[in-house]
Amino acid sequence: MTWAKHLGTIVWIDLVTLSRDRVTLLLTFALPIAFFSIFVGIFGSSLSGGGMSKVTVALVDEDGSASSARFVQALEREASLRIVRAPKDRLLTPFTRAEIAQLVKDGDASVGVVILAGFGASFPNLDFSGASAAPAVEILADSQANPIAPQVVAGLMQKAAMMGAPDLMIENGIGLFEKHSGALTPEQRKRFDAWLPALRESLANGSGSGSEAEGSTEAASPAMSGLVAVRVVNVQRDHASDWDAFVAFQVAQTAVMFLLFSLAGAAGSLLEEQESGTLDRTLGSRVGMTGLLVGKWLGMAAVGLAQLAVMFLWAWRPFGLELFTPHHLAGWALVSVATAAAGAGFGMVLATACRTRGQLSGVSTIVILVMSAVGGSMFPRFLMSEGLQRIGLVTFNAWALDGYRKVFYDHAPLWRLWPQLAVLSGLTVVFLVAARFLARRWEQA
Amino acid sequence: MLRVTGAKKTYPGKPPAMALDGAELRLAAGEWLALLGPNGAGKTTLVRSIAGRVRLDGGEIELGGVRLDRANAEARGVLGIVPQDLALHPRLTAAENLRAFGALHGVPRRELGERARWALDWTGLTDRAGTRVDTFSGGMKRRLNIACGVLHRPTVVLLDEPTVGVDPQSRERIWIMLAELRAGGAALLLTTHQLDEAQRVADRIAIIDRGRTIADGTFDALVARTLGAERKISIALDAPLGGDPPSGCALDPARRTASRAVSDVGTELAALLAELARRGARVADVTIERPSLHAVFIALTGRELRE
Repeated sequence: MTWAKHLGTIVWIDLVTLSRDRVTLLLTFALPIAFFSIFVGIFGSSLSGGGMSKVTVALVDEDGSASSARFVQALEREASLRIVRAPKDRLLTPFTRAEIAQLVKDGDASVGVVILAGFGASFPNLDFSGASAAPAVEILADSQANPIAPQVVAGLMQKAAMMGAPDLMIENGIGLFEKHSGALTPEQRKRFDAWLPALRESLANGSGSGSEAEGSTEAASPAMSGLVAVRVVNVQRDHASDWDAFVAFQVAQTAVMFLLFSLAGAAGSLLEEQESGTLDRTLGSRVGMTGLLVGKWLGMAAVGLAQLAVMFLWAWRPFGLELFTPHHLAGWALVSVATAAAGAGFGMVLATACRTRGQLSGVSTIVILVMSAVGGSMFPRFLMSEGLQRIGLVTFNAWALDGYRKVFYDHAPLWRLWPQLAVLSGLTVVFLVAARFLARRWEQA
Repeated sequence: MLRVTGAKKTYPGKPPAMALDGAELRLAAGEWLALLGPNGAGKTTLVRSIAGRVRLDGGEIELGGVRLDRANAEARGVLGIVPQDLALHPRLTAAENLRAFGALHGVPRRELGERARWALDWTGLTDRAGTRVDTFSGGMKRRLNIACGVLHRPTVVLLDEPTVGVDPQSRERIWIMLAELRAGGAALLLTTHQLDEAQRVADRIAIIDRGRTIADGTFDALVARTLGAERKISIALDAPLGGDPPSGCALDPARRTASRAVSDVGTELAALLAELARRGARVADVTIERPSLHAVFIALTGRELRE
């Protein structure tokens, strides 16, 4: 391990070189800040928006009536919802309210839906006056981690009520009509009572409803006082502000993407040194290829960590991110070290795989932009389709962003970062081994 | 000190490129050996194989009596390598480059400052110690390039075209630097296309062509082997010489310069001067030319282009 004695020299060379490369310094520190500021400026005033393809809903039916059962069936037919009613290892025992609240807190369900006792007595609610304000359904949501999902689910509930139980709606509607306009004539009542069973029979046969009806989303009523009276309950772990969560989300997205760009650029020093003959001279010394790569990786990881620190400090001031709490600082440090280490390894792989600096520039731009798009650095992953979300998990970005989300949105205990830290550490090892393998071509002709 | 025997190397490709085909080399302690050859002859491959940067397909390299292979790469610690490329960190200063390469070659930290100061003085760069290398002239970079390769005081220094692309002043300085290295006891292996300077400074000359060592010896030995021991003498006269040329001589068109090849300068020049005196000719100047290394090189390698 004679090479280990020289790591400091390798790190020092790279840091001094970086400090004198104004373009790289700008790319490393100024450009990400500019991007981040621009994103905050553009999207800061509209914290919601966009569409979603599938929302995981953990559901508990506390009413247990026929009406609630039909309502749940209607929700289950919604193509954009995945209704989960019991844990995988306990399929015969439904969730409790506490369990689905925990699922939402943990990020394992986008929202929880509790069909409250008494739902059947007031379903569907055709009194839009707001007089019967008691909610029939509660949506348990983490409005900071996913501000879109509760609104989408509330809207889809109105649609489900409309499309899933038209007979009840008509029956209640006639009751409401008679209440305010006087009773139906005996002949009208007779005809209505004769038609209603036929309608229910056709619904039972599956010909009377459909979740894919055209224009269905436009039919949804406002979430809080529609056919189903809904109340959204925020189950987020703490009282962090929407703004704080938003800033944390934006800075993490931006920082991780630019981390990759800057580290890929820094790793290009390997190619510059190869082209100038400096690499050859260095390899002719006592350091050897392994020492050189490890030294460069250490230097790059340090730069990446500094870049992340600068970004989050900029998010703290002037954008007000709550950074300096023991939990946030510790979580940030853990995720950032793992992220910078993996990012540096990723840069090494790109550099050792490319033949020239120009090739590296082009390849890294493409790979990083694609990874950033799929991995959530440009668009929140929870708004992506399930397929894309799964694909995103093969990217470095997704795991890093999930780590920051757990720290700053979920305020999860630090031990719950282990999947992200384990994956990022594993990726680091894989990247370094791959880079070492690819660098063999420089060792001896 | 250094011995290369039967070195073979072919680079893969379509078609494969044979670089070394049994090249031989030996370098004694404190000796200055010039390794010459046309472009593509295998000089750089041979130097890089000694430096451990090229793996030979066949043959052996011994350094200080130790056969070099991957298992004892540490033995190469006595080598100083000065590559043809300007292998420097351009954004570091001269002093920082020296300290970096010194550290990578195992110079103890406490000695780095002193060695760097010595190297800066040796290269004439003391007043530019704190200047970034990317602002240096070609000659300054060349001198620093050499210094970075010898900071750890190697006993064998491999120099691959150390004077290429520099002005005469820098080149002269580099030769002085190398002479000082040699005076300090280092053995130098130098590849160069500066034949006149190689002829002037080298103890011995090896010529490599098409991957094989085709000549190895002192300059005089190479001349004797290729062009013979003859010298060309030229005698300039005050006035045109009438009549036949002196014995064995050729006269220039103006009949004012007589020249001929001689094998014994002392005897034959004296006889020629006596003959001219007898014919009343007044001698203005006498020139004795020995064959140049350039002539030897062309005689051995031919005039065919290699690239």
